[in-house]
Amino acid sequence: MEASGGTVGEVMKDLDHRFPGIRFRIVDEQDRIRRHVNMTVGERRVKKLKERVPGTGTLFILGALSGG
Amino acid sequence: MPTRLQRSGVSLLIGTMKGFFILRGGTARRSWKLDEPQFFGAVIEHTIQDPRNPACLMMGARTGHMGPTVYRSFDYGCTWQEAEKPPAFRKAKKKEKGQAVEAVFQMTPGHADFPDDWWATTIPFGIFRSRDGGHTWKGLKGFNESKSLKKWGGGGFPPPGGPFTHSLLIDPRDAQHMYVALSVAGMFETTDGGKKWSPVNEGSKACFLPNPDVKFGQDPHCAIMHPADPDRLYQQSHCGVYRMDRPEGVWKRIGLRMPKSVGDIGFAIVPHPRDKDTVWVFPMDGTDVWPRTSPKAKPAAYVTRDGGRTWQRQDNGLPGRHAYFTVLRHAMATDSEPKAGVYFGTTSGEVYGSRDEGKTWSCLARHLPRILSIEVMAQS
Repeated sequence: MEASGGTVGEVMKDLDHRFPGIRFRIVDEQDRIRRHVNMTVGERRVKKLKERVPGTGTLFILGALSGG
Repeated sequence: MPTRLQRSGVSLLIGTMKGFFILRGGTARRSWKLDEPQFFGAVIEHTIQDPRNPACLMMGARTGHMGPTVYRSFDYGCTWQEAEKPPAFRKAKKKEKGQAVEAVFQMTPGHADFPDDWWATTIPFGIFRSRDGGHTWKGLKGFNESKSLKKWGGGGFPPPGGPFTHSLLIDPRDAQHMYVALSVAGMFETTDGGKKWSPVNEGSKACFLPNPDVKFGQDPHCAIMHPADPDRLYQQSHCGVYRMDRPEGVWKRIGLRMPKSVGDIGFAIVPHPRDKDTVWVFPMDGTDVWPRTSPKAKPAAYVTRDGGRTWQRQDNGLPGRHAYFTVLRHAMATDSEPKAGVYFGTTSGEVYGSRDEGKTWSCLARHLPRILSIEVMAQS
């Protein structure tokens, strides 16, 4: 899906505006990306919401499933 | 797809590590049918029916990797809506260590005088309240931000699953009067709706601490306020089965009357719907390295009908040997039928039930995922 924003946090905010509740499932109440969620901008791993994203690019959000 | 038929009788709301199941027993409770799973793959911690509005169910859930949330149903579990604002701690101030809810561990309907009131207790220690039927949730400041809470929680050792908040008990005579159990920290009481809390642990042991007789630091696994008498509390703890009568307020270890070869360690304790002297427990092996399966791999419920003076073993219909499951703290329940039904779910994914108050048991379902919780849903 398409979303806008200059940082990871802004993109998440835009997503949450369009899909209410999605941000809280991915980012906790202390603005930390949840422990088992991995994010990359392109192929670069990002760990904080303040990290910048390019004008055009792909933010990849992966639920890191493990265990049985 | 879940059935959309509203059926009368008794059903079980089963929370598992991999989804939510409804097991329907009808009015006779003789044959049981399992619905298709809902929220398949998600961890369903606990789901409970609202006694004030029986069509309403409230569920605490999470997935393996996403955050925790709350779902509500207003049609006996046929359809669900996610809370707009699930339980969450307030954002930390600068230089403050912020907390995040890891699991919405137990749901509790509010006092009868406040039909839209709901409570949620969490991992880590936290109490949250909804005043709009579970749509939005707010932290209970008097508990979540209490300076005493850190002291209480620091007195013991957090269990492997994290610090659990559970067994929020509301006095039906007074909505301001509540108890809560913290594992590991003990039992606490408020008389002002949650602004101030104080320990109520006198008589209960913290057998894992150098000094077991402490004001707080105990490990209650499950506590109940008996539905037949709000002044009668029971507790299955890490260190035995206890009973407390108010206003005296001292825990007495009634589990010492159970056979020594079985012991009185366990997770769950459930009440008879009408007799305050009757409760059931499901003992587990608390010796050696704590396997937490049934003693000698022979599962049995134990019932007392005289407030803990005597106990009877109930294993007719349960596996006689080589059964290595555990019954977790929310995975046992009773119904309100004239002959009370007793039910439990196992970590091996079986559901057992009795419609004669534990005299005989039968397996109602098997091959489910690890069962975390069982509650009864009644439909008229």
